[in-house]
Amino acid sequence: MIISIASGKGGTGKTTVATNLALSIDSDVQLLDCDVEEPNAHLFIQPTFNKTETIYTPVPEVDEKKCNLCGKCGEICQFKAIVVIGDVVLPFPELCHSCGGCMAVCPEDAIKEAGRELGIIRRGQRNGLEFIDGELRVGEAMSPPLIREVRAFTRPDKFTIIDAPPGTSCPVIAAMKDTDFVLLVTEPTPFGLYDLKLAVGAAKLLNIPSGLVINRSDIGDNKVNAYAKEIGLPILMEIPFDRRIAEAYSKGEMIIEAIPEFKKKFLKLYQDIMDQVS
Amino acid sequence: MKEVVIISGKGGTGKTSLMAAFASLAGNMVLCDADVDAADLHLITSPMVKERHDFQGGHTAIINQDKCTQCGICQDLCRWNAVSDDFEIDFIECEGCGVCVYLCPEKAIDFPLNTCGEWFISDTSFGPMVHARLGIAEENSGKLVSIVRRKARQLAEEKNIDLILTDGPPGIGCPVIAAVGGASGVLIVTEPSVSGKHDMERVIQLAVHFNVPAMVCVNKFDLNLDQTHAIEEFAKENNVSVLGRIPFDPIFTKAMIQGQTIFEYNKESETGQVVKQIWEKAGKTLGLK
Repeated sequence: MIISIASGKGGTGKTTVATNLALSIDSDVQLLDCDVEEPNAHLFIQPTFNKTETIYTPVPEVDEKKCNLCGKCGEICQFKAIVVIGDVVLPFPELCHSCGGCMAVCPEDAIKEAGRELGIIRRGQRNGLEFIDGELRVGEAMSPPLIREVRAFTRPDKFTIIDAPPGTSCPVIAAMKDTDFVLLVTEPTPFGLYDLKLAVGAAKLLNIPSGLVINRSDIGDNKVNAYAKEIGLPILMEIPFDRRIAEAYSKGEMIIEAIPEFKKKFLKLYQDIMDQVS
Repeated sequence: MKEVVIISGKGGTGKTSLMAAFASLAGNMVLCDADVDAADLHLITSPMVKERHDFQGGHTAIINQDKCTQCGICQDLCRWNAVSDDFEIDFIECEGCGVCVYLCPEKAIDFPLNTCGEWFISDTSFGPMVHARLGIAEENSGKLVSIVRRKARQLAEEKNIDLILTDGPPGIGCPVIAAVGGASGVLIVTEPSVSGKHDMERVIQLAVHFNVPAMVCVNKFDLNLDQTHAIEEFAKENNVSVLGRIPFDPIFTKAMIQGQTIFEYNKESETGQVVKQIWEKAGKTLGLK
């Protein structure tokens, strides 16, 4: 079973919910931090990492001796990542989407693939919780390929929690697609509501059932609750604003450590998610 | 002409609320919402849309079943596994690379241009605004960011306005890179938490990478003074101007619920005065008039 935790708006508490949920459940859990642009879950889980690997995506490398400057590579490339100008062939590896088109059409077999560094993947654990995250290289534009590499560590025998990035475009879809349940986390404010509607749209588009956590549930108005009722989105948990939680969070502490009663609430959330899925 | 882009690395630190507050203070300027993925600035600036344009971001492959002989070449070539066993292309997985289109021996694959969002030129009480909406699950957010920034620049030139205020997206990937390249400066809004600091460090590295001067202010600074201090020290060590500290204040949420900036909500608030000082310091740092 795989659940993804998403929000639309950033900073609503995705990572807080993902990490506290992961450490509250006693069964076999793995937490995959797929917010590779700004991975934060490790700051709270503080896992012992035992493996770090650098991840590359294939980009063209041209053998100029073989190249006859026919320009077919530039013709097929939709991303302007390789062009022939005059008597030179110019690859722009940072624009390349790694589709392999240039290599496939080159009649001279002059293109092979080298790697562009996407970032790293770290693997570790804490008290039986398996933890994996990706960290995008600063300057790298494309996060979905690295997100897919993190997700490749999904193990079907475990309960997998995916911490997704904010937004609703391709990185979120890469994190959310083919999961069994989307747990949406929002706050009861106009920004929270507007972006929640987008995130609900994404879950619907992918045809994945979803439920809602309202974080800092008493800071705003009741329009998020009203919207959830109106569309039949089950509210699975509400976390009122509590300065103790905000301060614990700021130091990298988990809610379930700062206020131990919360462990029961996260266990209940887990049960409710299981009920929703079955 | 100067363009200030507000970014944060981490989401939810208060970029858009502060941006709206700065808009109240900045006078003659063009507003630009470059967070096209989850755009929120319009909820405060209430734009009157004057122009609406389709955003055509890229192509999607569609197999013409009448011509397809199910030879399987497209399945072998597609690196996104977007071609199903019954030769339908999953439009969510399709990267728009066109490899299958070019190499299909039957020429059975169409490759239409997609409308995957829209962008607008609007009027607001703060000045003209360029903003956009990327469709859900769409790609090419960087391309749309580049469009709204280019249009904001054109608009500023036409109207003889010499300041653009741009609300940037969270993260450090494609849309952020598109939002910061060539800007006069980035104003980083962070919060004093382990994650706020971690993410700010990465976004400062990004600004350095693209050679854009950075400034930082700490929102909700009183939630953790040690972190606030550590953030400011890190900024100074990296030649990033420290603009100031904003207290944790429910006024931002209260104003947002009314669809107002904090100055519209309360002209006299203490937090408003702090925000004013931060904006003045940003102006001096950037050499604004």
